[in-house]
Amino acid sequence: MTTVFPAGFHELEPFAHWAIQGERARYAKRVASTMEELQAFYDVAFPLLQKGTVYLEQVGMEGIGEQDRNLLWAFCSLVTVAFPVEAWGQPRVPDSGPAGIHAVVEPAV
Amino acid sequence: MAHFPKPAEGSWTEHFKIGTEPVSYADSISPEFYELERDAIFRRTWLNVGRVEQLPRKGSYFTKELDAARASVVVVRGTDGEVRAFHNVCRHRGNKLVWDDYPREETKGTCRAFTCKYHAWRYDLEGKLAFVQQESEFFGVDKSKYGLLAVQTEVWEGFVFVNLDPDNTTPLREYLGRFAHGIEGYPFHKLTQVHKYRAEIGSNWKLFIDAFAEFYHAPILHSGQYVSEEAAKIKKYGYEALSYDIDGPHSMVSSWGGIAPPKERAMVKPVERALRSGLFGPWEAPDIGLTTEQLPPAINPTRSKVWGMDSFVFFPNFMLLVWRPNWVLTYHYWPTSYNTHIFEGTCYFVPPENAFQRLQQELAVVSFKEYGLQDGNTLEATQTMLESRTVDEFPLCDQEVLLRHLHATAQRFVRAHEQPAAPAPTS
Repeated sequence: MTTVFPAGFHELEPFAHWAIQGERARYAKRVASTMEELQAFYDVAFPLLQKGTVYLEQVGMEGIGEQDRNLLWAFCSLVTVAFPVEAWGQPRVPDSGPAGIHAVVEPAV
Repeated sequence: MAHFPKPAEGSWTEHFKIGTEPVSYADSISPEFYELERDAIFRRTWLNVGRVEQLPRKGSYFTKELDAARASVVVVRGTDGEVRAFHNVCRHRGNKLVWDDYPREETKGTCRAFTCKYHAWRYDLEGKLAFVQQESEFFGVDKSKYGLLAVQTEVWEGFVFVNLDPDNTTPLREYLGRFAHGIEGYPFHKLTQVHKYRAEIGSNWKLFIDAFAEFYHAPILHSGQYVSEEAAKIKKYGYEALSYDIDGPHSMVSSWGGIAPPKERAMVKPVERALRSGLFGPWEAPDIGLTTEQLPPAINPTRSKVWGMDSFVFFPNFMLLVWRPNWVLTYHYWPTSYNTHIFEGTCYFVPPENAFQRLQQELAVVSFKEYGLQDGNTLEATQTMLESRTVDEFPLCDQEVLLRHLHATAQRFVRAHEQPAAPAPTS
């Protein structure tokens, strides 16, 4: 059976919908999620990030494979989800009201 | 008690001979003053519109909307490799020459010539009118007289600037002054990994520069970004810069902070510990060919051991932040009315070699965005209350010296422009 993520990261499979390319789309999913959903993803993904440092350091960006790319996008989602979970206690940035800052240029993979 | 030495006069503000009295923000809430700024500032000074990496090949181009200067320009690399800018106006009927789908939105691409959508008048990459549809129907049009209108264009350290004043005689490097000379040699060309953000902000353009030209606000407005014991400690400590400096219309602040790794890991959030990164950038600086000690002299000017970043304001609307872990952030503020502007924040990194480095950079970028969201909304709150004119005198502290300088500079440009035949102030 093919998996979305590389070996050693199978616990992320139920959260494959967080493997999203583009910061704008990742942020949109974060603010459209409940704190419970964000916490559930964080609780699984964060320990894998801690354990995965050595693995990630040997994944070169040149010609990155599909599973590794999915893993990268999922951890990029973890980066944005960490703010509500670790700091804000809510999906949106506090006091950010109608303000919006949008990514207009991002590196190709 | 001061943590860092101040000038002999006892304060930065008095050192720079800027008044210490409360200030008025009348220059930020007046449609009339903004109209004066458009001519006195945005049509007369050098404006940074991008970087050379955005024009990788002959025929690469991008457009830039300069609403404050009542202009749109197209910036292009010619067949000779030179970077030029032209007013984005067809000489036939005044149609905007280069745009896609939405006339007010910026665009980019690569082409061999610019062809007007309206009647197919065509211009080469050097701006020369090359083709007129049904030329024989015209009344002796001399094509050599109907090229695109050139805009003065110069490049400093890879940053492309334009000046819309056809009578401008101040070269870019002279205009940018002492700070720019002292930054030259920084390897900007190695920082090609770009993340760019854009926001529509409901405030006068100068108010956002104010927000980023002082860090007095950081321990308060952004306290939620720290773990709670750290937030309390930072609040008690307050904020003091290492040094401030002013050169003509330009200014800079040199700041401590972001020493990596932090003395106590408990100071920072779990994701920062896991990724060894944060607002100040990845803790491990990539190789840029220079050590911190070897950085050009205008960067970390006091050569402080606890230096974290420098923030330069190149008047009017270009901010350049150089961070200790070898990355750069730029801010641009493009006014669209007296109480609105477009904000652009662009992060430049050395391209990551592996997925972990890519994630470290992602955390720095997203941290910048989270802070920026708080700043942006606070500005709208400030603007609306300033416009209520309930209060019109505001005391500024010594850590807010660059705000006084910015507003005084804008007022000086406007006054100078109101006097007939006065040249734009150069210092």
